[in-house]
Amino acid sequence: MVRLSVEDLSFAYRNHEVLRGVTFPVHAGEILGLVGPNGCGKTTLIRCVDGMLSPNGGKVMLEGRELGTMHRREVARAMAYVPQSAGNHTSSTVFETVLMGRRPYLNWTVNPDDEEKVVAALDLLDLGDLALRKVGELSGGERQRVMIARALVQETGVVLLDEPTSNLDVCHQMGVMEVLSSLAEEKGLAVVIALHDLNLAATYCHRLMVLSAGSVYGYGTPEEVLTEAMLRNVYGIEAVVKRDLPAPYMVPVRAGRLRGGA
Amino acid sequence: MEQNVIIQEGYTRLKKTRALFIVGLLSALVILIGIAVTLGSAGLTVGESYLAILAGLFPGIFSAPDLATTIVWDFRLHRVLFAVSSGFGLAVAGCVMQGILRNPLASPFTLGIASAAATGASIAIVLGAGVVGGEYLVIGNAFLFSLLAALAIYGMARYRGIGSETMVLAGIALMYLFSAVTSLLQYVGSAEQLQAVVFWMFGSVDKSSWPKLAIVALVLACTIPYLIYRAWDLNALAEGDEVAASLGVPVERSMAVHMMIASLITAVIICFTGTIGFIGLVAPHITRMVIGGDFPTLLPPPRPGGGLLPPSADSIARSVLAPQVLPVGIVTAFLGVPFFIYLFLHRRGA
Repeated sequence: MVRLSVEDLSFAYRNHEVLRGVTFPVHAGEILGLVGPNGCGKTTLIRCVDGMLSPNGGKVMLEGRELGTMHRREVARAMAYVPQSAGNHTSSTVFETVLMGRRPYLNWTVNPDDEEKVVAALDLLDLGDLALRKVGELSGGERQRVMIARALVQETGVVLLDEPTSNLDVCHQMGVMEVLSSLAEEKGLAVVIALHDLNLAATYCHRLMVLSAGSVYGYGTPEEVLTEAMLRNVYGIEAVVKRDLPAPYMVPVRAGRLRGGA
Repeated sequence: MEQNVIIQEGYTRLKKTRALFIVGLLSALVILIGIAVTLGSAGLTVGESYLAILAGLFPGIFSAPDLATTIVWDFRLHRVLFAVSSGFGLAVAGCVMQGILRNPLASPFTLGIASAAATGASIAIVLGAGVVGGEYLVIGNAFLFSLLAALAIYGMARYRGIGSETMVLAGIALMYLFSAVTSLLQYVGSAEQLQAVVFWMFGSVDKSSWPKLAIVALVLACTIPYLIYRAWDLNALAEGDEVAASLGVPVERSMAVHMMIASLITAVIICFTGTIGFIGLVAPHITRMVIGGDFPTLLPPPRPGGGLLPPSADSIARSVLAPQVLPVGIVTAFLGVPFFIYLFLHRRGA
């Protein structure tokens, strides 16, 4: 089942074209990794998909409906967004920060049902012991889990994440990706995640989309997309892609050494 | 499962603690009103003051000496209540501005709104020019100018790419601009006009009256329920535009409406009082330090919290050099500045 599809999307800041003809579907249970060098348009694409920016052309379909025709609250019940880092609202407790995810369903009061959902999400992400701590007192990895827990209580079918692992050490990076993997699998979430770490993306994403200067350079499974030619053409680096592991693994090589040593 | 029960119980306990804090503040406020009403040359006791208040409210049930009732009802009670509602309002306005501009330094004063009101008042006093004439010339000008400053700040805040630090800088720049205009007017004004401008700017509740109190109370009664209803939006906006939008908040509209309401509350108060500094800035901080930064629980307490400051300050203002009465704005700054510096030195995380 296609939960989110982007069709022929283009976007320009004034006269500067940032995205051109971007098309991709995301199915239930699938993790799509957006990769590409700095400035290739990953964040702009995420902002177009979550409705913060209005595309100049093309459309975004969310659960079969065109994004532009949906009310903000309807979008919020169908698609959640996880920022790169926690905002500056750090004097709130973890419990309340996660409870904020119920905003699309709340009016005057919080129901016991809402609180139970928060408790369940905290439990799932192993945040139970931190529930009453202030977000500002947590480590980067813990904060990121709080942001994911908030997206979970939003009970959406689609989750967008903008480089959620860039401030984390390798252990926490894997922790976050493991959580997303199991959620996609168990709850049928469609996950779109912008990532810088290509090896992390190849390990956890079902599909990768490579953006280069605003266009789609490649789209497919990590095996298909992560190639030496792609790294040379898109990133301008020489690298060896090892294929004897469960997922392709790239090792950058200094150009002189590759030529001299090979 | 057991863990889940512990989390839920912990959160319930936290909510109870906060409720207790609010009740505590309200009780302190009620006691303070009684004490503040006693202060003055008539030598009323706290008991007599409360009796006079009750006698005014329920004439059939309670009775108090005529003199006490007259002093309390005609001279003192509206002044104390006016101080309380000014504090309520300024604290809420500061809390909302800090929320939508995502800046702990945002307040009606750091954003130049109070300076603008002073400029408006000075124009009325020195040049005699204003939008409304007669008795309300000064008040009308102060009100209009503070709204104009708020509009300018909001316009800049929404201009693409301006961050919250730049916002406060822009506010400070506006403050200097308006101060310069006020200084110029003072320079060209006569001695009497200069004195009137300076007295206006001191910030005091001396000019309070029942009708003015009614206007402030009406504005608060119309706006605060809406702010509490929309407190979730403030929580979400504090996390950034993108997160707020993804949580279903109409970002632009919500910020505009909140800024408008906070400015209206500020304008309607300072046009009557002049500059009462630091409440808008400090009351939300004190509350946030005690009960955390969640707006649905944070918004109600700054009102009693902020409400406590001006009558306390006013009481101090009337006692320190009695029978001389210090303008309340001076005393709130004396109380507020040391706390502000303390915040600077001790603020962690937030």
